[in-house]
Amino acid sequence: MRLVVDLNRCQGYAQCAFLAPDVFTMHGDEALMYDPLADDTQRENVRRAADACPVKAITLDYEDQGAADGKAGASRVG
Amino acid sequence: MSVDGYLETLRREGRIVVVGASLAGLRAAETLRAEGFAGTLTMVGDEPHEPYDRPPLSKQVLLGKVPADHTVLPRRRPVDAEWRLGAAATGLDLAAKQVRLADGDAIDYDRLLITTGVRARPWPRELEADLDGVCVLRTRDDAIRLHHRLKAGPRRVLVIGAGFTGSEIASACRERGLPVTVAERGPAPLVGALGGVVGEVAAELQRAHGVDLRCGVQVTGLEGDSAGRVRQAHFSDGTAVESDVVVVALGATRNTEWLADSGLGAGPRGIACDAGCRAFDVRGIVTDDVFVAGDVARSPHPLFGYQFLSLEHWGNAVSQAEVAAHNMISASADRRPHLWMPSFWSAQFGVNIKSVGVPPMADQIIVTQGSLAEQRFTAAYGYQGRVIAAVTFDQAKWLDFYERQIEQAAPFPPEFTTVDRRPEGLQPVPAGFPDPSLPSHGPTVTLSGHSPTDRRVSFTPRRA
Repeated sequence: MRLVVDLNRCQGYAQCAFLAPDVFTMHGDEALMYDPLADDTQRENVRRAADACPVKAITLDYEDQGAADGKAGASRVG
Repeated sequence: MSVDGYLETLRREGRIVVVGASLAGLRAAETLRAEGFAGTLTMVGDEPHEPYDRPPLSKQVLLGKVPADHTVLPRRRPVDAEWRLGAAATGLDLAAKQVRLADGDAIDYDRLLITTGVRARPWPRELEADLDGVCVLRTRDDAIRLHHRLKAGPRRVLVIGAGFTGSEIASACRERGLPVTVAERGPAPLVGALGGVVGEVAAELQRAHGVDLRCGVQVTGLEGDSAGRVRQAHFSDGTAVESDVVVVALGATRNTEWLADSGLGAGPRGIACDAGCRAFDVRGIVTDDVFVAGDVARSPHPLFGYQFLSLEHWGNAVSQAEVAAHNMISASADRRPHLWMPSFWSAQFGVNIKSVGVPPMADQIIVTQGSLAEQRFTAAYGYQGRVIAAVTFDQAKWLDFYERQIEQAAPFPPEFTTVDRRPEGLQPVPAGFPDPSLPSHGPTVTLSGHSPTDRRVSFTPRRA
């Protein structure tokens, strides 16, 4: 599954690194590194990470958005 | 004929062509569809790949943590476009409203969006640039090649240029345990973007991580062995460095050559456009059917003295693409200005560097929180008594606050008290930007002639 993080928006809260540690890791105290093509087995973890991001910096492909909680089509980017 | 009627027709069955299939092009295409454009959409891209993200290429990809082909961008929505990938645009006929492609095809448009971006500036001497082991880093294919070189365990990597890309490459090399030399013409890394005070912190950071950093020197020549592999670089101070991988990180050059005879106001500094993203032609008249967005655009920003800013920033590409797409299919009164606050980030040597505003406009800087010596701080930049920019090293959470300060033209030095302000942050000091009247990294544009008929602009590539 494809994803991208708006690192202007990211403030290093690291919620994603707790919820999907195989995809998101902190590099140093504040910088985030992630795999933009996460393995499909990580789908639920990545969705949870995107939902939990306090600044809504994680964008998922439209096909992966919101299906789990019925909020289909909800934009995660302002 | 009613113009509204034309717009209705355009939105229903018009033809929109987007030249440049990267971040800005993709986000524009999504916005066009999201706002109800139902006509024909054609996406033209010179690379054979579908739109991908570039920032990871100099970070997780060079570190070998993520393969380069993992950076394909997610789609916000289906764009229902005809993709012409691997087919560079070679010309534009403004009168006929037609884009010409390298494969000989021509595509008609009613509205055109240009998002052709920039490319890495190559090493200026072609014979030396062709040596095996001399690389640049801009595209996915560049990243694959450079990663391959680093993986092979070179004896030493030389990075020419200590801007953000060069510094990130040096950081990746050190993290991989590779010896690396960085050669920078200026007095410190990042000095053009962040000034001398912060540049000194970046220099300390590099040296503390084992980079052989050499500032105030130019690379005067690259030397190859009998098999055509690079093996040594000569510096202007008479020294030389043995190196089997040389990465040229001398900034970017704008992809505007294909517009040279088009009559559009396009050149080495980009394509000038108004705040509504409409391109200017060479006469200085704004076009109504050609729009520009992303790294290739230069547009006036009211917050920064209406300067024509050319921002090679990820967030600018997204924001400007959205505004351009909206304006392309909207009536004059419904159009929006592109008023994005310049912002960027860089991760290097384990530190998260972020910026808002336009630091190079500043004359002064003050450390408002933290400490330069600890490499963890917030610095505000001032220009003529107002806050114009802010930079953080591992203190990104404060940037939102400074963004508001810049938007409100808050006084500089800041009048508020902050937590963790140290003695060094009590007085502003000169920000230490290089004199803009002296040629530095970039190519130079010179004007000659006095009468309108013999007035010429010549483009002088910078010789390192």
